[in-house]
Amino acid sequence: MSSDNLKIYKHVLKSRLIVGTGKYKNFKETAAAVKASGASMVTVAIRRVNILDKKKPVLMDYLDPKKIIYLPNTAGCFNSKDALRTLRLAREMGGWKLVKLEVLGDKKTLYPNMVETLKSTEALVKEGFKVMVYCSDDPIMAKKLEDLGASAIMPLASPIGSGRGIKNKLNLSIIINNSKVPVIVDAGIGTASDATIAMELGCSGVLVNTAIAKAKNPIMMASSMKDAVIAGRKSFLAGRINIQKFASASSPEDGLI
Amino acid sequence: MAKIQLNGKKIKIYRDLSIKNLLKKYKLNEKKIAIELNGTILPKEHYGTKKLKNKDKIEIVQFIGGG
Repeated sequence: MSSDNLKIYKHVLKSRLIVGTGKYKNFKETAAAVKASGASMVTVAIRRVNILDKKKPVLMDYLDPKKIIYLPNTAGCFNSKDALRTLRLAREMGGWKLVKLEVLGDKKTLYPNMVETLKSTEALVKEGFKVMVYCSDDPIMAKKLEDLGASAIMPLASPIGSGRGIKNKLNLSIIINNSKVPVIVDAGIGTASDATIAMELGCSGVLVNTAIAKAKNPIMMASSMKDAVIAGRKSFLAGRINIQKFASASSPEDGLI
Repeated sequence: MAKIQLNGKKIKIYRDLSIKNLLKKYKLNEKKIAIELNGTILPKEHYGTKKLKNKDKIEIVQFIGGG
């Protein structure tokens, strides 16, 4: 398994689990969960500095961007203009070229607005960004994103933060089959088995935030997700048996007394 | 004095205050932030020379936890 690393842009990721850093109680808990998850990449958001509180803790003081890959995202953006503005600021912050594009369609479902997502992907690729794209689980949309130059396709398993798991395995399988770039399930993972199923389907990786951050014990859940992703990947590579209609005895009949 | 808008809040500063000194005033590390001045990104190499004028609108952003 040592050579089975996930490659995205210039990065070789030791773990196929990417974790989000939102919704934790505090940055200390975030850092502990990230460590337990074994992730080499974390997603981060871009927001205004709180100028009224000079002592407010800073994420970078808890998660060193030199030790873990920051993947700036556009969470909270509902149109191409805001998404581009956000990612240009991320790039200015410290040269971040690899980014996660997420253009939302509405506040209730947080479903992606694919029209704006396609438009933004095209513009960002032209500006030299390497774009990992949150998208619907529509194989045609996924293919269009790849054709536009997306570095990774990130279809949702179910709505962001819903914990409903994978709602359309067939679509995910078609997307995986059609893609030459990594397919990473983003959003909807509720528990460890969901992550394993995604990996068994042949996903290149899984992105998890809420399922870890809002678990009763986030640190233990982070470790569980780590194991789940490894188990699913090994199972995919090992190749599962074919499903049979009837039983097949595990012990030989020869020598029965 | 000059009146500027910083992250949506109206504040008063000394006229010709540089961005670098504004960051110092708010104890912000320039390596951990990015700045947009009047709608345009301001490259870090200009922080020392760029002076703030009356009615400037400045946005200072940083990375926070997010999915």
